[in-house]
Amino acid sequence: MSFLEIDHVTKYFSGSDGAGDLCVFKDVHFRIEKGEFVTMVGHSGCGKSTLLNIIAGLESASAGGIVLEGREIAGPGLDRMVVFQNFSLMPWMTVWENIRLAVRAAYPKWDRQRIADYVGQYVAMVGLSGSERKKPAALSGGMRQRVGLARAFAVKPKVLLLDEPFAQIDALTRGAIQEELIRMWTATRNTVFMVTHDVDEAILLSDRIALMTNGPEARLAEIVEVELPRPRRRESVVEEPAYNRLRKHVIHFLVERSRKLQEQKEEGTPAPAFGRAPVSTLSS
Amino acid sequence: MNGTVKRSERKTVLLSSVLLLFVFLALWQLSVKPSVGGRTEGLPGPGAVAERAWEMLSNPFYDRGPNDKGIGVQLVYSLGRLGAGYIAASLAAIFLGVVLGLYPTLYRAVNPYIQIMKPISPLAWMPLFLYTIKDSGKAAMMVIFMSSLWPTLANTAFGVGSIKRDYLNVSSILQLSWTARLFKVVLPAAAPAIVAGLRISMGSAWVAIVAAEMLIGGTGIGYFVWNEWNNLQLSSVIFAILTIGTVGVLLDLGLGRLAKKLAYAE
Repeated sequence: MSFLEIDHVTKYFSGSDGAGDLCVFKDVHFRIEKGEFVTMVGHSGCGKSTLLNIIAGLESASAGGIVLEGREIAGPGLDRMVVFQNFSLMPWMTVWENIRLAVRAAYPKWDRQRIADYVGQYVAMVGLSGSERKKPAALSGGMRQRVGLARAFAVKPKVLLLDEPFAQIDALTRGAIQEELIRMWTATRNTVFMVTHDVDEAILLSDRIALMTNGPEARLAEIVEVELPRPRRRESVVEEPAYNRLRKHVIHFLVERSRKLQEQKEEGTPAPAFGRAPVSTLSS
Repeated sequence: MNGTVKRSERKTVLLSSVLLLFVFLALWQLSVKPSVGGRTEGLPGPGAVAERAWEMLSNPFYDRGPNDKGIGVQLVYSLGRLGAGYIAASLAAIFLGVVLGLYPTLYRAVNPYIQIMKPISPLAWMPLFLYTIKDSGKAAMMVIFMSSLWPTLANTAFGVGSIKRDYLNVSSILQLSWTARLFKVVLPAAAPAIVAGLRISMGSAWVAIVAAEMLIGGTGIGYFVWNEWNNLQLSSVIFAILTIGTVGVLLDLGLGRLAKKLAYAE
């Protein structure tokens, strides 16, 4: 039994004013093992964020379902924390209060002191000591997402869902926060599902990368193993020959194949069996 | 640099304000007919009003029977009525507004009725309240209640209804209890809109109280104005008008402070 199973999930959006339902993606099926870091890459409109929301329980699947530790999920919960692209911090709360809100919710039996100690620990972990009393509006994008990460990790969820978490952060800060994420993930070995369109980010962070064809009616085309030794560092990982092979493969997919595969489907040619995504390892 | 520019600008504003006041006082003084044999014809001048103001302010809290009370006593009566009606209305409006804001279908169903109720002058309710409650003081409170209900209700429903989806998503992921959701997320998120409603409500309540007290008689600043008119004490009337304005500004300033405290930048 796998840890997290995305079980043949299909999503339709109901069309506006009489137009038929729009199929975002169809029959997406894959499994994530405990402690794995899986990233989904695809063009805008392939529904990857929608899939993440379905796993989070914030949206419902039109067909299929999500199974976590053998139980089908029904709605959002503390076992699946999301780190949002737009941070989604409560703007009327300070850094401290934002993290405390989550900690209190996750550990309702703890007393004040224990909660305070624990919040302090996570504030320090993301390097925000000294900014506890600031409101999100007074922080840079990078610092806000540190709060978002602290909030998510503090809850110790079974699955961490990262929805393009670094997309709104400037390129220089992004690298630093990615390494922060690697550090936190290495320490906790959380199961992570991330969506992004940043190929380098996907390769740097992931164990496997799921590639989606273009929408509408996107499909999971393949899952690529990232066979780069950990710990990975941004500066050194780019020098590995496997890194460039992988990068080329993913970019080639995004530029060419993601579109072609979608066109194949539209022409009615039977697309390859995507139900079980083939795993390519890209051995040299 | 910016600070000094601002300060000099503020100085100019203040100076112009004072100058305008003097121009107004001078015009007022010039328009007053000279007194004939100790009796003033027409409106009293600024001097007479100032004299009367001094008199009333130096002993604001005396009470010599039903038709002779200090202005302070009258204000306390008015503020007491205002407070009771306003607080009750605000609590009811915020409660209803949150419910309507959280259930858009219900809001759309109820909205036509709110729209009909909103433009009704709160004083129009007075006969019904007098008939049903049979107590003029409580009827006046109910008038205040009606006058301060709608703006807060409409603003709360709007504020709660337009809370960003993200904040609600976070609360459902964190599986917050409904009390935590209400007090930690919904109310703080909607607070700026709610306080804006409370401010408008306070304004219309303070407007309504004067009229209501003129109708019910007995006590209050509104009754005071009417009573002084019956006594042909126009300088008292003018001073009372200025007092009503000043108290209105002070009430609004208080809520303005609250608004500043609850405001947040996204």
